[in-house]
Amino acid sequence: MADTAVDVHHDHHGHDDHHHGPTGILKYIWSTDHKIIAMQYLFTGMLMAIIGGYMAYVFRMQLAFPGISVPGFGQVSPGEYNALITNHGSIMIFWVAMPVLIAAFGNYLIPLMIGADDMVFPRINRLSFQVFFLSVIVLMASLFVEGGGFGGAWTSYPPLSAVAEYNQTNLGSSLWLIAVALEFVAFLLGGINFITTLMNSRAPGMKAYDIPLVAWMIVIASILFMLSVGPLVAGAVMLLFDQTLGTGFYDPARGGDPILWQHLFWFFGHPEVYVVLLPAIGITVDVIATFARKKIFGYKMVLYTAVATGVLSFFVWAHHQFIAGIDPRMANVFTVTTLLISVPIAEMCFVIIATLYGGSIRLTTPMLWALAFMAEFLIGGVTGIFLGASGADIYFHDTYFVLAHFHYTFFPIAIIGSFCAFTYWFPKMFGRMMNDTLGKIHFWGTIIPFNFIFIPLFVLGMGGQHRRIYNFQHFPELATPEMFQLRQIATISLLIMIAFQLVFFYNMITSWIRGEKAGKNPWQANTLEWTTESPPPHGNWPLDRMPVVYRGPYEYGHPDREEDYWPQDEPA
Amino acid sequence: MANAKPLATLRSATGIPTGRLAVWWVLASEVVIFGGLLGTYIMHRLGHPEWAEAASHTQTWIGAINTFVLLTSSFTAVLAHQAAEKGNGKEAAKLLGFTILGALTFLVIKSFEWANEISHGYTITANTFWSFYYTAAGLHALHVIAGAIIMGVVAVDAYRGRELHRVELIGIYWHFVDVVWIFLFPLLYIAK
Repeated sequence: MADTAVDVHHDHHGHDDHHHGPTGILKYIWSTDHKIIAMQYLFTGMLMAIIGGYMAYVFRMQLAFPGISVPGFGQVSPGEYNALITNHGSIMIFWVAMPVLIAAFGNYLIPLMIGADDMVFPRINRLSFQVFFLSVIVLMASLFVEGGGFGGAWTSYPPLSAVAEYNQTNLGSSLWLIAVALEFVAFLLGGINFITTLMNSRAPGMKAYDIPLVAWMIVIASILFMLSVGPLVAGAVMLLFDQTLGTGFYDPARGGDPILWQHLFWFFGHPEVYVVLLPAIGITVDVIATFARKKIFGYKMVLYTAVATGVLSFFVWAHHQFIAGIDPRMANVFTVTTLLISVPIAEMCFVIIATLYGGSIRLTTPMLWALAFMAEFLIGGVTGIFLGASGADIYFHDTYFVLAHFHYTFFPIAIIGSFCAFTYWFPKMFGRMMNDTLGKIHFWGTIIPFNFIFIPLFVLGMGGQHRRIYNFQHFPELATPEMFQLRQIATISLLIMIAFQLVFFYNMITSWIRGEKAGKNPWQANTLEWTTESPPPHGNWPLDRMPVVYRGPYEYGHPDREEDYWPQDEPA
Repeated sequence: MANAKPLATLRSATGIPTGRLAVWWVLASEVVIFGGLLGTYIMHRLGHPEWAEAASHTQTWIGAINTFVLLTSSFTAVLAHQAAEKGNGKEAAKLLGFTILGALTFLVIKSFEWANEISHGYTITANTFWSFYYTAAGLHALHVIAGAIIMGVVAVDAYRGRELHRVELIGIYWHFVDVVWIFLFPLLYIAK
């Protein structure tokens, strides 16, 4: 089989040679190399982030300046508005956070960090990306079919999602559902690969507590995903049958139950929060240890609390349904479990703060992103307490307070976490350093507008502004000039933030072409990926020099050594 | 082929062969899919005692024959594993052939059963019991079809003496398909 042939000489050049003849491009499309597949996921995710961001721009313009002709889109009709918010949510979670944080960095880092030459099943890995890419195509196609894209929100509650007369997007909603299902298949294939690779393919000498935390976190997240998505797969089949065959699984008049979907969806949906959170925390912990030049304060603490978070996350789902008519006694139980889950997350925060304490902190761009992740996620976490308590949630439910809360969690996870990882591992991926000044301009240009977008939305939410409203002028009590001012602050901040992303793309492209050569270990880090060339060749290390592990990943600032770092593969 | 495998595939830090480990994880992900569907069905069934009337129209004896067919096909899968352990690829391929035959028999019986039910008006939209009936059994039948196809590939390889360890892996999967049916049979047929 040609596709499994080892092709060592070609991959030395990294990605500069996308422009070869068709054979050259085919080599990238059909590659089974985990690094190439990681790039495929990374750049597809980046492209989807641009599309998702564009959608946010369009509907924010409509909300702040109702009825204007949005530059680059035109006037937004109510149906289009629904399709935009639905697909913005779906894209940012399923087609940005998941492929970038888990699939791209998981693929890139797991084999390199555990000293293996590839994933255990390279061809299944390639299949995983191909199924994922198919899901992207189906989703994009769903936006252009008759009736437009699905507009029933990313949570897709029946009967709105199940009955074509209600959602008026007969084909769009089915295609959306199929795209999500394909995406699940892709991540199940990828996840099983990650789990098996971490369990079986570690370098000689690497014990469970020698594995870098980011690799652990991605694998724990994969397990969480695998165990939570099953019921939703079954639920999605039922919803698809309701849409296309006319069954009545979610129709109470025919013996079904619409709340059933909410249970199945959130039984997946809440663990999903931690599926994307854990990799982001893993990235942060790794970056903070490197740039604080200090051993992680509590390696096992982070690992155990991650497992505890994972277990607890299966018992909190009904806090999304406090006003859906569930039994108040159930609501009490879910309030308690929801508030409990903040304990392990808080412990991870304390571990990070304790690691920073007394460290020799280097404020590089990735370190800034890591610190910002902590600070911003904290706001998201603390506002979650209001929503987890059922008494308060009855008032906050489905307001912009909820929206601002989960953007304060998802933005740090999906955007800050991804930028943190991207700027940290960029030298390894492309062999060149990113420009630090431009990196910092981009950092501040993203973080400051981010807060100016969502803090006004908290205020609006407390003022009673409901979600999923196309035009607030239709509601006199929500159409006051003060409220419109806050909406306009948020939208203008979004425009500023989007403009600053140009700095990032400029920095990425110019650094890629003519950045300073990075060398093997530009950050003086310990983990195994820094012991090979940048970018690593096919097979990661020469076959006769595969790494052997002698110590844990965070041995910084050892008193008996001259250098303040101690690579994992250096014999004692 | 064999030398194109990455080093990662050949390592085994846990001591469990990589293929077997992966199959168990696949099954874990399958358990929650069927678990979600059957859990939902059981909850609904408890809330709707009137579904017993619809359930009384299922043909228990056909379900029983299919249970017997599937169990027998699992037995030949075990024998195939035993033959593969001894390195007898041709024998393993022949026994896997019997298992595939069992899968096909199961599907043929199921087709006649469904055709009969549909012709009596018990379609997937007749009521929610029948919706669950066709969805759950259909999802299971998809697994039977997938298993039979993969088994064909494994059997061809085994016949040529290659990748004999895969006989065990497809066997593990086949037992799982069997076990799912063991849950479906009482839930959909026996409980009237």
